[in-house]
Amino acid sequence: MAKTLYDKLWDDHLVAENSDGSALIYIDRQLLHEVTSPQAFEGLKIAGRQPRRLEANLATPDHNVPTTNKERQQGIDGIEDPISLIQVKTLDENCDEFGVTQFNIDDIRQGIVHVVGPEQGYTLPGLTMVCGDSHTATHGAFGAMAFGVGTSEVEHVLATQCLRQKKMKNMLVKVDGNLGYGVTAKDVVLAVIGEIGTAGGNGHAIEFAGTAIESLSMEGRMTICNMAIEAGARVGLVAVDDKTIEYVKGRPFAPQGEHWDLAVKAWNDLHSDADAHFDTVVELKAEDIAPQVTWGTSPEMVKPVTGTIPNPAHEDNPVKKEGIERALEYMDLKADSAISSIPVDKVFIGSCTNSRIEDMREAAEVAKGRKVAASVKLAMVVPGSGLVKEQAEAEGLDKIFVDAGFEWREPGCSMCLAMNADRLESGEHCASTSNRNFEGRQGQGGRTHLVSPAMAAAAAVYGHFTDVRDIEISRLSSTENGGDA
Amino acid sequence: MDAFTQHKGLVVPLDRANVDTDAIIPKQFLKSIKRSGFGPNLFDEWRYLDHGEPGMDNSKRPLNPDFVLNFPRYEGASVLLARENFGCGSSREHAPWALEDYGFKAVIAPSYADIFFNNCFKNGILPIVLDNQTMDVLFAEAESQEGYQLSIDLDSQTITRPNGETISFDVEPDRKHSLYNGLDDIGITLQQEASITEYEAARKQRAPWLFG
Ligand code: SF4
Repeated sequence: MAKTLYDKLWDDHLVAENSDGSALIYIDRQLLHEVTSPQAFEGLKIAGRQPRRLEANLATPDHNVPTTNKERQQGIDGIEDPISLIQVKTLDENCDEFGVTQFNIDDIRQGIVHVVGPEQGYTLPGLTMVCGDSHTATHGAFGAMAFGVGTSEVEHVLATQCLRQKKMKNMLVKVDGNLGYGVTAKDVVLAVIGEIGTAGGNGHAIEFAGTAIESLSMEGRMTICNMAIEAGARVGLVAVDDKTIEYVKGRPFAPQGEHWDLAVKAWNDLHSDADAHFDTVVELKAEDIAPQVTWGTSPEMVKPVTGTIPNPAHEDNPVKKEGIERALEYMDLKADSAISSIPVDKVFIGSCTNSRIEDMREAAEVAKGRKVAASVKLAMVVPGSGLVKEQAEAEGLDKIFVDAGFEWREPGCSMCLAMNADRLESGEHCASTSNRNFEGRQGQGGRTHLVSPAMAAAAAVYGHFTDVRDIEISRLSSTENGGDA
Repeated sequence: MDAFTQHKGLVVPLDRANVDTDAIIPKQFLKSIKRSGFGPNLFDEWRYLDHGEPGMDNSKRPLNPDFVLNFPRYEGASVLLARENFGCGSSREHAPWALEDYGFKAVIAPSYADIFFNNCFKNGILPIVLDNQTMDVLFAEAESQEGYQLSIDLDSQTITRPNGETISFDVEPDRKHSLYNGLDDIGITLQQEASITEYEAARKQRAPWLFG
């Protein structure tokens, strides 16, 4: 029978099926970080259990590490927030005690788990992969079944290398055509969420396909899969192709020699069969997608930059109408006003959605030779890992940002969730390349607008949202060949 | 984990759709490395008028009198009524920990976010799904009748209203079994140790590059 990519990954990891339709699924690899792992290690200790396969776990602190150069220069002792310090220390202690490999705060390989996994070749096609973080779907860009889990499940995977799961339904999101100039992977995924809603993918694994998805680099595909969860799906997938294999090749944790050849052979089957059945199919035309900006307090509250803020008076559904009213009040925005009129107080370029080298380049191209507007209080760029930072500095991107008036930071989640000192003050509007715009996400009372790195940089320069397609950008030499580092 | 067999408790109606995990337990409280003690910060931003931080004496903070959990008539509530897509957002298990620590035993809503739904069962909370029409009835009753209680029986999968009428609900058999017996998930899985070992050996054959 014809299978979808998700079906293949599921079948390949089936340990046992139960009579009630649930199944025991084997988990190949797990990523750990400081926020959702302490209670899992605590649970193991209480029960006197050991990790089943140490090499199947990789840890790095990210959510809560400071990103200012001053604090980071002193390593772990530089962490000023006492609670963050305890969490990062606890991860160190747990990794030491159990023998888990960790890229600690002083390691150049430290970074956001979802940037580090692919960068190290720890994320591979055909894997099942989990992490105590809902953006684990990112790794699905490699044709891997990756999903976020809660802390009990982190412990469960540590102890058993398995999870009890129910198979999800299959959804296909097909984007065909050519993306316009200035339209990025981020705009595609925001447009998809705008189309199907934040609950649209509930209970489904979403495979992203179509010529527009195929044309994206691996980093673009990661941006798309990363936000599958904002469309309600725990799993996002893209089929394996030559780009996938090329990207993985030679990375530290990737298979070598004979194993590499074997692996590539196996990975070549990681795509949906031509006549595979999908429970739900959604199609979008790439040409219809403009740069996107969220205006409300849910990722589905999104409009093209050329659009206007919705008017609740035009909404018939009472729940939606109230949602719009509440969002407009929280965001302090007027119905029917232009998206481009929204002023920006802060700018955040970073997060597991958009903090890879291509994102840095995309923002730098807009920032080059320009200055952050005087009305913008803070514009910060936070690379996703120590290695992204190193690469960006080698290309001189840090200099472009600093010259333009951006702060250039150390790697971590930073203002994506504002667990550390990087946060919005109440009432501030932020152009953010992260993935969630819920009330208070970036600081209590903070107002988040999700955008692409290029759009965030443009907002920083103009002090309000601006269509990147209307401004001249400086091509950087490193991006001339597509630059998929 | 505590077993859930039967529960009778006071009902509080939270009449909002898409309540996300950031609202259930704001992220500044995720910094704890323990599993307990989150109850006082459940719905923190809605419940208090000031900004909450870990380590504060919550008994001294100004309460928001307009937030339903603070209405004196709902004090001691253990059954939460909610609307669509309850628990959306992050995978944080702190959300059910906070609900449980506050004293909630069950949530009743028309739909939940998947991860949150899963996490409830792992923490002794029963998330019940009812259709919108029934939800409207329960909301109306909980709002109009002071001291409104529901009796939930997991074995028979029924909710009994104060007027004696019962509503039945669905729950997947394996989840029911674990919750009913308070079984530890890891222990259950380890009963299948032989299958895991067998699978692992086969996986090593097929994908030797994953076994260093
Ligand atoms: S960058 Fe944001 S969304 Fe991504 S892992 Fe960190 S906190 Fe989560």
